Amino acid sequence: MMATRIAQLPTEAPALSPERPVTWPKRTKTRLANGLEVILAESHAIPKFHGQLSFRSGNAAVVDRGPGLAEMTATVVRTGTKLRVSRQIEEDLRRIGADLSSSAGADTTGIGFAGLSELAEPLLGLVDELAREAAFPEPEFERERRQKLEEVKLDRTQPSFLASEQLRKVLFGTHPYATVAPTESQVVAYKRSDLTQVYQEFYTPENALLVMVGDFDTAVMMKSIEKTFSAWTGKRPAIRTTPEPAHPKGRRVYLVHVPGAVQTQILAGCHAITRKHADWVKIGLTNSLYGGAFNSRLVMNIREDKGYTYSPRSGVHALRQYGYFSVSAAVRNDVVAASLTEMFYELDKLRSLPVPEPELADARNYLSGVFSMSLATQDGLLSQLATVALNDLPDDYLETYREKVRALTPADLLATARKYFDSANMQIVVVGDRAQIEDQAKLFGDLEIHDAQGQALT
Amino acid sequence: MNRNEIAMDYTTLANGLKVVVAPDASAPVVTVGVYYKIGFRLEPQGRSGFAHLFEHMMFQGSANAPKMQHIKLINSSGGLLNGSTHYDVTNYYEAIPSNALERVLWLEADRMRALKVDDENLRNQRDVVKEEVRVNVMNQPYGGFPWLDLPPVAFRNWANAHNFYGDFADLDAADLADVQAFFKTYYVPNNAVLLVLGDVKAEEGVALAQKYFGDIPPGAPPPFADPREPEQKEERRGEVEEKFGTLPAMAVGYTVPERRTTDWCAMALLDQALHGGRAGRTYRELVLEKQIAVEADGGIDDIFGYNGPTQMVTRILHKPEYSGEKTLAAFDAVIREIQEQGISEDELNQLKVKWRSDYYSTLEGGRGGMPRYGLMHLLACFTLFDNEPQLVNSILDGFLAVKRDEIQAVARKYLRPANRAVVFRAPAKANVKEAA
Repeated sequence: MMATRIAQLPTEAPALSPERPVTWPKRTKTRLANGLEVILAESHAIPKFHGQLSFRSGNAAVVDRGPGLAEMTATVVRTGTKLRVSRQIEEDLRRIGADLSSSAGADTTGIGFAGLSELAEPLLGLVDELAREAAFPEPEFERERRQKLEEVKLDRTQPSFLASEQLRKVLFGTHPYATVAPTESQVVAYKRSDLTQVYQEFYTPENALLVMVGDFDTAVMMKSIEKTFSAWTGKRPAIRTTPEPAHPKGRRVYLVHVPGAVQTQILAGCHAITRKHADWVKIGLTNSLYGGAFNSRLVMNIREDKGYTYSPRSGVHALRQYGYFSVSAAVRNDVVAASLTEMFYELDKLRSLPVPEPELADARNYLSGVFSMSLATQDGLLSQLATVALNDLPDDYLETYREKVRALTPADLLATARKYFDSANMQIVVVGDRAQIEDQAKLFGDLEIHDAQGQALT
Repeated sequence: MNRNEIAMDYTTLANGLKVVVAPDASAPVVTVGVYYKIGFRLEPQGRSGFAHLFEHMMFQGSANAPKMQHIKLINSSGGLLNGSTHYDVTNYYEAIPSNALERVLWLEADRMRALKVDDENLRNQRDVVKEEVRVNVMNQPYGGFPWLDLPPVAFRNWANAHNFYGDFADLDAADLADVQAFFKTYYVPNNAVLLVLGDVKAEEGVALAQKYFGDIPPGAPPPFADPREPEQKEERRGEVEEKFGTLPAMAVGYTVPERRTTDWCAMALLDQALHGGRAGRTYRELVLEKQIAVEADGGIDDIFGYNGPTQMVTRILHKPEYSGEKTLAAFDAVIREIQEQGISEDELNQLKVKWRSDYYSTLEGGRGGMPRYGLMHLLACFTLFDNEPQLVNSILDGFLAVKRDEIQAVARKYLRPANRAVVFRAPAKANVKEAA
């Protein structure tokens, strides 16, 4: 206390120095004669590249033939072609130091791949072969179906899966987005011919987008791509019309009963917007203030102040046709009601009071900084480029995103919260042991109780 | 391959703090990390889970940056932050636009200099950590399997064998005196490395390190308990009940050779032969060919990030119609084949190409949206364990030099029952019935 220290360091955080401009990666965009759309961007940090061949159709497009059928098709695609059996495919991938995955979501099917720059051609060749000449060997199909059966059983032991399955069902009703995974009996009903039909319809160049990011010369890579994919032909599949989603009114509570659960998974949500909507950037910033960042109001409240949970978060989930907003946390069983109360308190506060300008400035900085960072790795940039293209966003989306964020005002956020954080109509899912949480859950609305298999319990 | 040479400056300040600066101006982003050479392995006995609880406390306030301030200053600069506790290190890291570099160094220096936390902070984070354990382990199918299940079966030294996430009684027993003692013992500049990677000039990075960290007084060299294991003479087995899952599971762990030896390099490629995705022998035989298992994966986790006894672990979820013993026998057949036949030159070449490719991805890979996490982690571990961050540019050579007979030799030497532990994790009876 008596000694004076010399060369004192500041006791206040240093100010920010002037910002360095972000240089946006150059992209080359083209369309081959067969309709395949190609986007390339160079990134030379490591002698590798990342790629993704996407098809603009997914599980939602064929849900009436079988939930999860696009995913099952993507799984079996990699198990054999006219030229290679399963084992050969896997060993050839290893031989060229490559990774490959194939999967399908609600709107999109994708073959993702990454490999060494020096061995790009053989990897592209294999991707083309999988897209064009998959053979769907009967024994491989049977094995993968059996695997899938165990997988869907396991999924329904996961609290976070059960919560999102229930929420999607409630928010989307008869729309295909209501289904996130098949039941066991639906998996049993898959036929090989269902898969080959999906393959013929979805896996066409007119329906496809190829994005590659990495250590290559764009002109040379474009030549390889033309050479590899030019023999491929096929039309864009017909778009089928879908029923309107449910728009549930009034808060309801859905309890998924997991006997013996030592914690409760909360997930609450309401309809919102897609990425194409003019308010997308606004809802992104409002969400980041609410529960989308470590420094957000929700995290500070129920984690850093009250210690109810480790992992509270909120997010806006944009599917191609519709989007929804949700908030989640896995909380101690005795604070389910207290946690929901705070979640709604913070939502309603954003709907009632303008965000103070300094807090908004912090949030704007956060979102624009983090956005630039996501472009700094090959797969980060790839995912941004694919998102822009698959959602038909404008070409300058990446370049203009940060200035849009920086232009937002407290009035914008208040209007956005009032419009989309629809707290009066939020649908609440709680996954846990009913004996511990039923009394707390029913304080928030009419209560329905199901087991993990979706059977109603009384 | 030369294109992948990482340029760096490595210096040690007068107080013992090691500093590694690796400039790369391709984007206006900097990744900053501070690694302390203490993890959950050597946390105090009777205080299981303390190293991790302590990591949480490092976000609760320091002399000039009270609770919330640390997180707020970084998020509001457009940056991300996190920390994680490992076997032998604990890290704190940030990725920020480069105009916030000084601010982040000030924050990291402030919490290295003095932690300022109270009982309320400790109570709060104890609650948060318990929910973390529940969400990741106790309320999760196969939670903690096998990373928390194997060590108590495989090892005899408390350091390697205890519950790293912490028994709740131990978490409850931890008090502020423990927090300050742990801080004073291990969180000293002479037990840490500061990493500054990305949009910074080498001389600027070193000068800033000196400016913000240079006057933090060094501590006594921290005492480290001996983590070595007594010799294992026979196979060890254990059982754990699976509360939620529907499939029986098992894990097999073989203790691996000492790091940075020829055997260790050969073991890493053997690991790739066994666990390299769908081409790996374990997945191929158990899932694709014999169709006994639904999942079969594993390996030496974070191979560059540990500094004491560790295992190569195979994790299997199998169909209920096969017993644990039958499944283990099928796995043993995979091991026996590689011990008896070795591997072909063609397979070895495949393994090496894949290993090199994976290594590049490790260097480039981010975590949680933060670029350069992988490079930071390797530089930090090579500095703290080997005093040689430059290993990041040469470590690959040892793996690419492995020969066929060396793979077969390590398979015979290390993949023995007397060098392994097996844990069976079978679903509770009620559970299976409900699923049927």
